[in-house]
Amino acid sequence: MPRLTIDDLKKMRDQTAGAIALRAGTARARVTVHMGTCGIAAGAREVMAALLAEIERQGVTDVMVATSGCAGLCSREPMATVEVLGQAPVKYVNLTPRDIQEVFRRHVLGGDVVTESALAAGCETTG
Amino acid sequence: MAFRSHVLVCAGTGCVSCGSYELGAAIESELAARDLAREVQVVRTGCQGFCAEGPVLIVQPDDVFYCGLKKSDVPTLVEEHLLKGRPVRKLMYTPPTAPAPVPTLSQIPFFAKQRLVVLRNRGLIDPERIDDYIARDGYAALAKALAEMTPEQIIQEIKLSGLRGRGGGGFPTGVKWATCRQAAIHRGVEPIVVCNADEGDPGAFMDRSIIESDPHAVIEGMVIAARAIGATQGFVYIRHEYPIARERLAKALAQAREYGLLGRGILGTKFDFDISVVQGAGAFVCGESTALMASLEGKVGEPRAKYIHTVEYGYKNLPTNLNNVETWANVPLIINRGAAWFTSMGTGDVSENPWNGSSGTKVFSLVGKVNNTGLIEVPMGITLREIIFDIGGGIPRGRAFKAVQTGGPSGGCLPSSHLDMPVDFDSLTAAGSMMGSGGMIVMDDQTCMVDVARYFIAFLTEESCGKCIPCREGLRCSLDVLTRITEGKGEEGDVALLEEMGGVMQDACLCALGSSAPNPVVSTLRYFRDEYDAHVREHRCPAGVCKALITYEIDQAKCDGCHACVTACSTGAITGQVKYPHLLNKDLCIKCGACMDACKREAVLRA
Repeated sequence: MPRLTIDDLKKMRDQTAGAIALRAGTARARVTVHMGTCGIAAGAREVMAALLAEIERQGVTDVMVATSGCAGLCSREPMATVEVLGQAPVKYVNLTPRDIQEVFRRHVLGGDVVTESALAAGCETTG
Repeated sequence: MAFRSHVLVCAGTGCVSCGSYELGAAIESELAARDLAREVQVVRTGCQGFCAEGPVLIVQPDDVFYCGLKKSDVPTLVEEHLLKGRPVRKLMYTPPTAPAPVPTLSQIPFFAKQRLVVLRNRGLIDPERIDDYIARDGYAALAKALAEMTPEQIIQEIKLSGLRGRGGGGFPTGVKWATCRQAAIHRGVEPIVVCNADEGDPGAFMDRSIIESDPHAVIEGMVIAARAIGATQGFVYIRHEYPIARERLAKALAQAREYGLLGRGILGTKFDFDISVVQGAGAFVCGESTALMASLEGKVGEPRAKYIHTVEYGYKNLPTNLNNVETWANVPLIINRGAAWFTSMGTGDVSENPWNGSSGTKVFSLVGKVNNTGLIEVPMGITLREIIFDIGGGIPRGRAFKAVQTGGPSGGCLPSSHLDMPVDFDSLTAAGSMMGSGGMIVMDDQTCMVDVARYFIAFLTEESCGKCIPCREGLRCSLDVLTRITEGKGEEGDVALLEEMGGVMQDACLCALGSSAPNPVVSTLRYFRDEYDAHVREHRCPAGVCKALITYEIDQAKCDGCHACVTACSTGAITGQVKYPHLLNKDLCIKCGACMDACKREAVLRA
């Protein structure tokens, strides 16, 4: 590693800040892949791998990826929920690795809901 | 590939001794076995503060805190939380008063009431990776100080922040830097920058934890000061009993050198500065500035009279700027965010005069009879009650609070009437204690205050260097009197003698170790005089601690002959048939109290 100048230091900070931002709990969006037994059997692990690969390819560092249990609609797995900061969450169903990458590009990065794969927006009533 | 989740395993000294390295390795191998190693990253961080519940870890970005983990918990944790995203409630933390486990960090009072400035990176970065520190704005303050500020502006910013020395003295840091710079310019010599990491108070581990969790923050603070006062050479004086801290500091220094953040031409400028590490052998007195510098020079660690200050004539008679670990770690943030941000936390108005208040935060090691022992950082001005009852979770086993000891062995004990007092430099001093470096020992109603004073005076007697007579003989004599009182041999006049000796030591000792040494006696006399009187006049220890003054016996009416005390007794002092009341032979009894702890029917009495 060569010795840094002030500019190098700033560049380095910008490159590395994202990876740490997730540890500090700051992110602009969160994608939850549902990993119940049903989801895993239907291919949720592959969907997750494809999602992570896409995030890596795009160089995005401020999107959280989380896993969660069965979303209750086992017949439509693999499922994922996309929550963009300040917007209602959207549930996607019957995802393939290619679909999740599409969702990531168009919804998370582009801001448009991918209607072909979307089930519904909003959350279930709880409490 | 980027990681979707980070498992931040605490690798502070406390958790390491509870097996956190093994735990981290077990998690890594379980992740590998489930093919998650490329999705989830295991990071070893510095102390996360909740030492009472170790080993602990945090899963991010979910913000879930797990504690008291065993290797056998790892498969469940990995499968349920990291694979399926279902946080495992039974492994989470349960506050002593809460009915159900609390899942996230922000809901746990221990974390919610804290304000992390010095410990901003604790639990978030891997202290052995400089890139992690840089990602959290590390060395940005140094870049700013080098590119945009003159040395005078740096000193002015520190002065305006009202930062006061966190090692105990509370001397305004900016004033110290300015004096040192002036002295160096005036004499035409190069000044020296020193970090005091010779933390010696019993029960204190603030500096140790700061270096273990974020060594670069200390280094960055020192480099900024070196720039401000014109130094090219610096030292970290650290005790050899801190192996993990020393190792991480050495790695951090090597990484900083490799990146050009230390050495010649720092960050491509013409500024040179480097830091060497010097190990102390563990003498308490070497935390005192002049003794520390004598030790740095290879001489016996003894203080000298300070009519000439070390900022003018310190290490090898050069102007020497010595600050404590925590003070250094504050510096980068003050430069980055400005003095106004720093003064927004704390008490008093320091805009005109840094002595007028206490700005910023303070790190404490919270120990003793408190549910959540650990390392905490709170804004100045928080009350003792908030620290002990909200953050600390109160006193274990429902016992009553009696006193809190602040400021290390030469601090003082404050009673419950002071619980609502704000914690800052001046309030603590006014109450007869002191901020010190930040040890905070909580005591319950089973603590004898005379015995506490005796314990601290015994520690200081051991650690007194013996150079000046008031300290050497004053401590020894105080210890004799206190020991006599706790043995029930106290006489009228003993208390007056203790007070007189305390006064002489405060006036006449050579260094702050000696002049503050009577504090444990003076403050317990001030607030708990009735306990001294009970020992001296009635030969009674109200808290039931002093062994010469207590006896145990078994209440024949309550004893159901369960035999638990017989098993617990190591000297065979208790005899009796099962299901019949037992008897205790006072000649054999060593008054350890094991029978009392073992009895479920409160049939063992202490008088």
